[in-house]
Amino acid sequence: MTTITTPTSTPAGQRDSARRLEETWRDPPGLYGWFAAINHKTIAVRFMLTTFGFFVAGGVLALIMRLQLARPENNLVGPDFYNQLFTMHGTTMMFLFAVPVMQAVGSYLVPLMLGARSLAFPRMNAFAYWIFLFGGLMLYAAFLLDIGPDAGWFAYVPLAGPDYSPGKRVDFWAQLITFTELSGLLEAVILITTIFKMRAPGMTLNRMPLYVWTMLVTSFMVLFAMPSVMLASTALITDRLVGTHFYNPAEGGDALLWQHLFWFFGHPEVYLIFIPPLGFMSSIIATFSRRPVYGYPAMVLAVIATAFLAFGLWVHHMYATNIPELGKSFFTASSAMIAIPTAIQIFCWIATLWTGRLNFKTPLLFALGFFFILTLGGLTGVILASVALDLQVHDTYFVVAHLHYVLIGGAVFPLFGAFYYWFPKFTGRLLGETLGKWNFWLFFIGFNVSFFPMHLLGLAGMPRRVWTYPAGMGWDQMNLAATVGGVMIAASVLLFIINVLKSRRHGVPAGPNPWGAGTLEWGTDSPPPAGNFVAPPVCGGRYPLWEPDGVPAHVTGLADDRREILVTTLMDAVPDLRPTMPSPSIWPFLSAIAVTILFIGSIFTPWAVVWGAVPVAIGLTLWFWPRKKETRRNVVSEVHP
Amino acid sequence: MKPAMHGPGRLDVSALPTFGFGHRSLMWWGTFGLMLIEGMIFALTIAAYFYLRSHSVTWPMNAAPPDLLWGTANTAVLLASMLPNHLAKQAAEKLDLKQVRLWMLACLLFSLVFLGIRVLEFASLNTRWDSQAYGSVVWMLMALHTTHLVTDAYDSAVLTVLMFTGPLEGRRYVDVSENAMYWYFVVLSWLPIYAVIYWAPRF
Amino acid sequence: MTMKAPFFLPFLLHAATAAAAPSQNALRPAGIQAERIHDLWLLTVAICSLVFVAVLVALLLALWRSGRSDATTAPDVASLAAPEPKLKRSVLLAVGASIALLFVLIVADFQTDRLLGRMPLSDAVHIEVTAHQWWWEARYNDPEPGKIFNTANELHIPVGRPVIMTLKSSDVIHTFWLPNLHGKKDMIPGRTSLIRLRADQAGTYRGQCAEFCGLEHAMMAFLVTAEPNDRYEAWADAQRREASNVLSARESRGRQVFMERSCVMCHTVQGSGANAVFGPDLTHVASRQTLASGVLPNNRQQMAAWVTQPQKVKPGTNMPATALSGEELEALLDYLGTLK
Repeated sequence: MTTITTPTSTPAGQRDSARRLEETWRDPPGLYGWFAAINHKTIAVRFMLTTFGFFVAGGVLALIMRLQLARPENNLVGPDFYNQLFTMHGTTMMFLFAVPVMQAVGSYLVPLMLGARSLAFPRMNAFAYWIFLFGGLMLYAAFLLDIGPDAGWFAYVPLAGPDYSPGKRVDFWAQLITFTELSGLLEAVILITTIFKMRAPGMTLNRMPLYVWTMLVTSFMVLFAMPSVMLASTALITDRLVGTHFYNPAEGGDALLWQHLFWFFGHPEVYLIFIPPLGFMSSIIATFSRRPVYGYPAMVLAVIATAFLAFGLWVHHMYATNIPELGKSFFTASSAMIAIPTAIQIFCWIATLWTGRLNFKTPLLFALGFFFILTLGGLTGVILASVALDLQVHDTYFVVAHLHYVLIGGAVFPLFGAFYYWFPKFTGRLLGETLGKWNFWLFFIGFNVSFFPMHLLGLAGMPRRVWTYPAGMGWDQMNLAATVGGVMIAASVLLFIINVLKSRRHGVPAGPNPWGAGTLEWGTDSPPPAGNFVAPPVCGGRYPLWEPDGVPAHVTGLADDRREILVTTLMDAVPDLRPTMPSPSIWPFLSAIAVTILFIGSIFTPWAVVWGAVPVAIGLTLWFWPRKKETRRNVVSEVHP
Repeated sequence: MKPAMHGPGRLDVSALPTFGFGHRSLMWWGTFGLMLIEGMIFALTIAAYFYLRSHSVTWPMNAAPPDLLWGTANTAVLLASMLPNHLAKQAAEKLDLKQVRLWMLACLLFSLVFLGIRVLEFASLNTRWDSQAYGSVVWMLMALHTTHLVTDAYDSAVLTVLMFTGPLEGRRYVDVSENAMYWYFVVLSWLPIYAVIYWAPRF
Repeated sequence: MTMKAPFFLPFLLHAATAAAAPSQNALRPAGIQAERIHDLWLLTVAICSLVFVAVLVALLLALWRSGRSDATTAPDVASLAAPEPKLKRSVLLAVGASIALLFVLIVADFQTDRLLGRMPLSDAVHIEVTAHQWWWEARYNDPEPGKIFNTANELHIPVGRPVIMTLKSSDVIHTFWLPNLHGKKDMIPGRTSLIRLRADQAGTYRGQCAEFCGLEHAMMAFLVTAEPNDRYEAWADAQRREASNVLSARESRGRQVFMERSCVMCHTVQGSGANAVFGPDLTHVASRQTLASGVLPNNRQQMAAWVTQPQKVKPGTNMPATALSGEELEALLDYLGTLK
């Protein structure tokens, strides 16, 4: 285990250089600076906190639902509010937590793991964050005014159409999709560019950390999946606001068009949520079993295969519609097949643990929780792939159980593990281990108490999305157990929050590499300096900090008085260019406000698209327009290709 | 230019160029990503068009197919605009400011023409967005593509102004080059959309 | 019931022995289609449990046998240079076994699908079911037009005879689900779908809308009574009859209330002149077990509550409240009681 020392000529020169770099790369001070911030770590931390805030909000909504369902014929909430609750819960968890939190964590870690100073397009990154925040705030403002969407997070037409959901409720939902997808798509473009072009010299694709692979694959999936739901929700909004007929069977439209477009996005979306955590797993398992993950090529290929298969199984959400038999067989086979790449990864991790030497810290516990919960969720997924079985359990609590096993087991457990693992990098201090273990066990037990009975509830006939149920159906005790488990999960998340608040100030100081890990993000201070690395590393292996020649050299010759970065070639990461990154700017924030006004205005009048475009165009132009001083400085040191 | 290893532990990159064209530049990848996204949206809208068609007995649904004149004329104009666009791109890659200015202006002229004809195209569709599902999907395709025409024309206009007023540095030529690539995309993506809107209802 | 480890056992027992009739339970098949799905279910659960246990055992063994370390333990990077043939073999074996088991499941699923499509259909009962927000309309079709009749929310079917249901929706997407007899089928506006099922055991089964359909999705249930063919035919004959016009004075007064108040705007009573179709057909409402689409037991007291305060019983229902004097209400209830 090594930490990188900076090979500048003298210690004094090194200190000077570090100081200049810090000044160059840090965000400007003051209130203005707060809105003009573009450093990827600043934005990523805000992004993570925001998504976590939405996670807590979505959890509170779930808790209210569980309290309502604790007893049969309960009247804690009525159907109108309940329908808003489950719509908001699903929408929040999917669009405001699960997908964006993965991108948020990625936008912090990826540059560090690549040995880069920044993300590509840092201003666009800030813009994507603001858009996301404003979209989420709009949705919750509507909810608090009791006009929250109530047609489900899947918004099936015609229920969500103009005839059966009059008013503005569903419009807020459809426009939230536009906000979050815009943000998600921009993040994907940023991450792909960063991963392809900003890797440390020597970090060939074959040496890229598995986590970075998962973010690369996820980002490509975003590009292909999200346009589908944007098109679907745009057509929904035009149906509702200007009288188009995409989904209106009376005028040649079709209700199932919505389902095809929605699930062509919606199923890959599950993998947008699930694939980055596979990278968390690989990082945590390698570090805490003190060896590289077994089967690097198999792991990479499995992730890529998962991504491809994910686009071939959206119809398994539609078995109960009238789809031709042959089509169903194809989707059954491809839905079941996706279990294979997941199985390959699980077996490779078990092989890694088998031959490793284990350090049972909290991150590893959460990773081990994944094996129990995700495996169960994956197997119930195989059950859902079967047409005949799906016809019974579709739209019942069995599916509620399945999807929470997959998403909480497959994404939230590794995510908590990742927080425990990288928190010292974010803050310079370790999270408390004792509270961490309580956090884990309460979550693990509470989760199973809450969701395991739901499998049986579904088989015993309880449909999803019901605000109440009659007594005497044999559902009472299982529902009560689910509520008790829900309270345990809430307590566990509370412990996590306490742990974070406590450790942030009083935790054990971490140093650069508290876990003795092998990837580049651990080769710089915790928290990292504004420019990430005083001297960016050259990469000589998959686990550079573990291997004798892992960091054979450091990059010199990059300017420290402006935001100069190193761009390398796509495959082999050979140094190629040293462009200058843009400086902090208020315009991403102001442009995001302009776009928000356009989007929200369009809910009330289609003309907002026209007059709202004017401030957007002004904002984006001023964002792009170069400053004289900077240009002059850049021209001086320009080297033509 | 290969960076040099200076002694043990140091990789000196100070001799590398500060900007580069094509897939060497970050901007190229950003533009490439946007093209993938937008291409996907076009493809899905076309898929929706044929999906609705497959569920309808008649097509176009109680409407005449769009008149061919303006759509075809605009296709010709768009294709022709690729020439000044190409020349602007070449000039940018030679860092030839005079030629860049000239061909960017020519591109803008073209964009005025095709935006004008686009208005006439909307008038010759023979259906409205709220007539029936056929009208909805045709207008959606047209609206999506027109949005790209408008934004691309605006982008180019801003860039052209910048090329005349400054401040300029080398990477602005990269912006011109990427802008030209995006222009190609907007023109070439029109061809399948043109075929679907104007010819699919005739077969 | 106590909650002992393993904590889920009580639920298993409970789910299997749910006593309350009528049953709504996929694990208690009462017809050939549900039976076949149930068989596939048992096979699938067996295989999945096997895989789950195998993975957990492998994981626990791995945790038990591997050494311990801390953050300062030197990492073992030998595997980056040298291949690990033993691990490779084990992983390949595990992947191969998974693929084989998956293949078995896929084949079993295709097989079940084919069997479901091959249920014999001779001498079938044809029923057209239309879903509304939030109730079920049923029309029993017959080649003889005179034998066609309508009912709502409660179906009767003969044991042992196939039933072909044509499923439609009048507004949003609903899903027909009767777990004891078959899986679900969506009811999509603008489209028609079919479901074929057969009850092989007499009994009353509960079904429920399974696709979220708005405010009262939770309160959109129905009952299906499967009974021997002769009793079914007797029921059908009774349903075909018009409402009796032989009424006592109070019952006549009740009918007058029905005709003069909002009831007549939405409901049909065959033979009475009331023939609106926005709500359930009430010609034989008194012969049903429940009211408001499976929400209330059908008795005089609940009927009174439903007529006077429907929003309290089923918030959001399209049934308007009817303000009646005590005398009017009693008369109306008397009249509704005659609709057997």
